[in-house]
Amino acid sequence: MCAAVEIREVTKTYAEGAAAARALDRVNLDVRSGEVTLLMGPSGSGKTTLVSVMGCILRPTAGTVRIAGIEVAGLADRRLSAVRLNHIGFVFQGFNLFPTLTAAENVATPLDLKRIRGAEARQRSRSLLDHVGLTDKCDTYPADLSGGQKQRVAIARALAGDPEIILADEPTAALDKTSGRIVMEMLRELAHEKGRAVVIVTHDGRVVEYADRIVDIEDGRIVNDSFGGEK
Amino acid sequence: MTPLALRNLLHDKVRFAVTLVGIVFSVVLVAVQTGLFLGFTSSTSNVIDNSAADFWVTSKGARYIEVGRPFSERKLYHALAAPGVAKVWKFIVWFSPWKRPDGANATCEIIGFDPDSRMGGPWRVSAGDVHDLKQEDTVMVDRFYAPKLGISHLGQAVEIQGVRARVVGFTEGIRTFTTSPLVFASFKNARRYAGLPSNQTIYLLVKARPGMDLERVKSALVARLPDVDVRSTREFSSMTTSYWMFGTGAGVTVIVAAVLGLLVGIVVVAQTIYAATIDHIREYGTLKAMGATNSYIYRIILQQAAVSGMIGYTVGIAIAVLVAGSATRSGGADIVLPGGVQAGLFALTLLMCASAAIVSINKATRIDPAMVFRG
Repeated sequence: MCAAVEIREVTKTYAEGAAAARALDRVNLDVRSGEVTLLMGPSGSGKTTLVSVMGCILRPTAGTVRIAGIEVAGLADRRLSAVRLNHIGFVFQGFNLFPTLTAAENVATPLDLKRIRGAEARQRSRSLLDHVGLTDKCDTYPADLSGGQKQRVAIARALAGDPEIILADEPTAALDKTSGRIVMEMLRELAHEKGRAVVIVTHDGRVVEYADRIVDIEDGRIVNDSFGGEK
Repeated sequence: MTPLALRNLLHDKVRFAVTLVGIVFSVVLVAVQTGLFLGFTSSTSNVIDNSAADFWVTSKGARYIEVGRPFSERKLYHALAAPGVAKVWKFIVWFSPWKRPDGANATCEIIGFDPDSRMGGPWRVSAGDVHDLKQEDTVMVDRFYAPKLGISHLGQAVEIQGVRARVVGFTEGIRTFTTSPLVFASFKNARRYAGLPSNQTIYLLVKARPGMDLERVKSALVARLPDVDVRSTREFSSMTTSYWMFGTGAGVTVIVAAVLGLLVGIVVVAQTIYAATIDHIREYGTLKAMGATNSYIYRIILQQAAVSGMIGYTVGIAIAVLVAGSATRSGGADIVLPGGVQAGLFALTLLMCASAAIVSINKATRIDPAMVFRG
């Protein structure tokens, strides 16, 4: 399996001078396609910073980041947006669905960003919702969905742009046990059956059983990197 | 249109209504003030603009049409002698007292012209004939001012400057900027109503020969008429308009009100669009995280501003046209809203909404997409 994300000697420092805080300290990590990688660690350990760097949302202070083979550290904002749009799908803890759009319209948003509109966008968004088991919720607004359903819509939306990499930030934190299990099974299926690189930032010990790899971070450093059953 | 733009705009109906009220208020205010300005402007110089003359010979220093002073009509012959001049007519504009049939007094503005040439005469006659004015003691008034002048039908007799006059025709829609209605009469009759000596005139209207260089004709007239001023019709029109609009402050008041309307519109629209942007700021952050470019964000906010502007304009201009029609019919004011002005106002409304959206665009495009990972 090849590395979808390559991180080399990445350091991220917030502020400067005496007040500088080093959120990542010379991190090296390869995230491979077809695997579920968990980023775990206590609050403030740097895991959200790391996933933000992987998502081309934060620029590292030093080091290099390659996304799907593209060196992104020096790219202009517009090119970074294109990398996010074409290669990365996000799943957020708070779902971040657009409340004024139906489930199908939410899923179609990345397609609209890619200028895929009209019947094709409708067909693709309905097919994705079908895939996450929400065929009958296409025309439902987020306010009328349960937490688990919202997260499944968010997963469908993350997949709409057909990205190689899925970055999920605490995807089960706001869900009950059953919904959390369904969401994790979906994310694992995306890795194992669709060949996506799935990175999950989590505190939730329940999701460990779905991981192929667990990366522990503390004080901005990777302190443990273990593969299925090694830990 | 981006679905998110319209949905977010219509989602908060109260806020959308406030936005529309702001735009409608602004459009109505700007349209009515602009229409008033145009109505005033056109009524200050309508006699000049409809004269069909190429030049006006005026007393020295006459800045607007109402302040012409008498000068010798012999200058008519000097003007006629200038190369390039085809014809010259004597012309009167003069305020005179008007005694209504019921004995009440009013003031009118006598316009004395040559009925054969119609140069400087009434341009919209709805009853009677301009040639009727060649009869002795005859005048024509505008139907709108008839009640003010105590006139209910043709043939009624009044007194102007103590001289008998009979109304033989009505004009339609010839408004005056002053409070004194225009009363058209032949030059011969008008001279008596103005109390003007028989060898004097107030103005000379000059028509150049077809194809002549008007600048050269003007120079020739100036050379032959040293004690008076020679103005092209356009020049005298704009001097008159400029005096009434800016010399008296009337126009400035109207312009200030229009600008205030525009500013109120910008502030209301900016405030509501900004509030809507702040409400949806996390959604913009999500869009940016998903890969939306800044131009995609611009489009959403500008589309919201444009939809607000188009709906607000449609309602606003409809109200303004109703107000204009009602004001014109009731005689309160002449509000002119030609198609060109309405089109210009549409563009101005969109510009107003776009400029109101700038603050929001600035806010939305500066969002740090990393906010999506913060709780």
